[in-house]
Amino acid sequence: MARKVTTQRKVIMTAIAWALGILIFFPILWTFLTSFKSEADAIASPPQFLFFNWTTENYAEVQSRSNYLSHFMNSVIISFGSTLIGLIIAIPAAWAMAFAPTKRTKDVLMWMLSTKMMPPVGALIPIYLLFRNSGLLDTRIGLVIVLTLINLPIIVWMLYTYFKEIPGEILEAARMDGASLMKEIVYVLTPMAVPGIASTLLLNIILAWNEAFWTLNLTASKAAPLTAFIASYSSPEGLFYAKLSAASTMAIAPILILGWFSQKQLVRGLTFGAVK
Amino acid sequence: MGSITLQKVSKVFGEAKVIPSIDLDIRDGEFVVFVGPSGCGKSTLLRLIAGLEDVSGGKIVIDGRDATEKAPSERGLAMVFQSYALYPHMSVRNNIAFPLKMAGVDKAEIDRKVTDAARVLNLTDYLERKPRQLSGGQRQRVAIGRAIVRQPSAFLFDEPLSNLDAALRVNMRLEISELHQQLKTTMVYVTHDQVEAMTMADKIVVLNRGNIEQVGSPLELYSRPRNLFVAGFIGSPKMNFIKGQNAAQLGAHTIGIRPEHVLLSMESGDWKGRVVVAEHLGSDTFLHIDAEDIGMVTARGSGDFAAKAGDTVYLTPDRSRIHKFNEGGLSI
Repeated sequence: MARKVTTQRKVIMTAIAWALGILIFFPILWTFLTSFKSEADAIASPPQFLFFNWTTENYAEVQSRSNYLSHFMNSVIISFGSTLIGLIIAIPAAWAMAFAPTKRTKDVLMWMLSTKMMPPVGALIPIYLLFRNSGLLDTRIGLVIVLTLINLPIIVWMLYTYFKEIPGEILEAARMDGASLMKEIVYVLTPMAVPGIASTLLLNIILAWNEAFWTLNLTASKAAPLTAFIASYSSPEGLFYAKLSAASTMAIAPILILGWFSQKQLVRGLTFGAVK
Repeated sequence: MGSITLQKVSKVFGEAKVIPSIDLDIRDGEFVVFVGPSGCGKSTLLRLIAGLEDVSGGKIVIDGRDATEKAPSERGLAMVFQSYALYPHMSVRNNIAFPLKMAGVDKAEIDRKVTDAARVLNLTDYLERKPRQLSGGQRQRVAIGRAIVRQPSAFLFDEPLSNLDAALRVNMRLEISELHQQLKTTMVYVTHDQVEAMTMADKIVVLNRGNIEQVGSPLELYSRPRNLFVAGFIGSPKMNFIKGQNAAQLGAHTIGIRPEHVLLSMESGDWKGRVVVAEHLGSDTFLHIDAEDIGMVTARGSGDFAAKAGDTVYLTPDRSRIHKFNEGGLSI
């Protein structure tokens, strides 16, 4: 009897999980399908799911209208650049908080997180003016700086939680073995925290890749990443759903593929310490 | 060279005075054991010597040079931790080589020293393994290997055997003692286990609440404990303490007699009592006896002493081995 109930539960749970999964995935799937429709099919009512005239003309159109590769390179440089610089700053910071905490460490961590709670638009004007006056508007370096700062609290927090899992005695052993602070971090702490660092890296690349507020407001053309590329298709000429979908698909494809290949690492990193 | 001198060393954590003030001399080549109940400050004292904690006051002199302000890496000491603290991402070879690499020793020299250490510690076949693929005893040997390759002026051991099972613990105890005889390097060893202290030490430092109760050789502490604490802590099973009439007769507030200095008999003796629990170990028999007018007394008899719970036995203390203590708990 008990066994039968379990099976039934399993079936229901699986069905719910699939339903939720499909629900979450549906917008992406719909965008993908729409990108292969003609503009007329894209706004047809009732909507057409699979039986429409498949066409790749939107991709050709998007490609001829704007320079995908340049936007793509901007996205790569901005997301990887800001994440790497963030890690270089955050690893020593997280080390200090995890292994040499003071009375105020918890407060500092909370304060850092609280900056994420502020609506970014509140800081837009000062930052815009700073950027304008220092010539950083529409530059990759400017975006790398701003995204590093925006995501730094999350990077520090994530690394801090991973580092907390590492026994302090191992670092003390390194100190006894003659390692300087720098060598202790490079040879002992970092290699031990590789799963955590890798998932922090991946998550932040994804966050930076998808970041739209700052990238849209601080760029015009030269440094505009893929978010700006998508946005340029909701233009004053009117909405072109099919082309917008094609642009979106092209913009999210790289990060989706990266996420797909690293999902094991991501999940492992995000549940690090929880299952041990 | 490996002499360590502590001068009025103190340590305060927030409000808590863990170590009020300690003076101690450790001579070159000595095997010194810090022993005491948990929370007595013995590990803290070791960590102060190592430099892993900063002193709140006083001076630490290593090899004649003031090391109080020096970083752990500059003190020339090596430490073996309770948890072994091996680098989990490195092979055994790299674990042992790590201190040499940090010291900038050239590769050929590192290889030679690692091979030597592995041979001494029977780790040659495991050099390419990761720590997680080793047993507890092997991990402990790797930790010791990592400590010896650098030829430190002294070794610090922080309860190194407490994670091992009983049989292995006895083995490793012997190995560490042998190692000390081979290397003749100063060793400072922290344990809560008085058997380890008695069997390994040249000099035992008994600590209680951050204070040194007594310093001396194992037999000195055993036969001439300075106070009740040391008398009760050293020796297994514990010394019996007797107060009241029996003590007053000998002009003391408390008298102490070790279980092995009580003569057991089924027929006659000074004190009469009933066996509550009898522990037959084969080599010895420990009897826990409820003695008239005295209370609970532990006595050690020969392995074939055939008393069982409920039996009446007679006890005769060896008068020459009775320890006398005054009201303050100090030995008279």
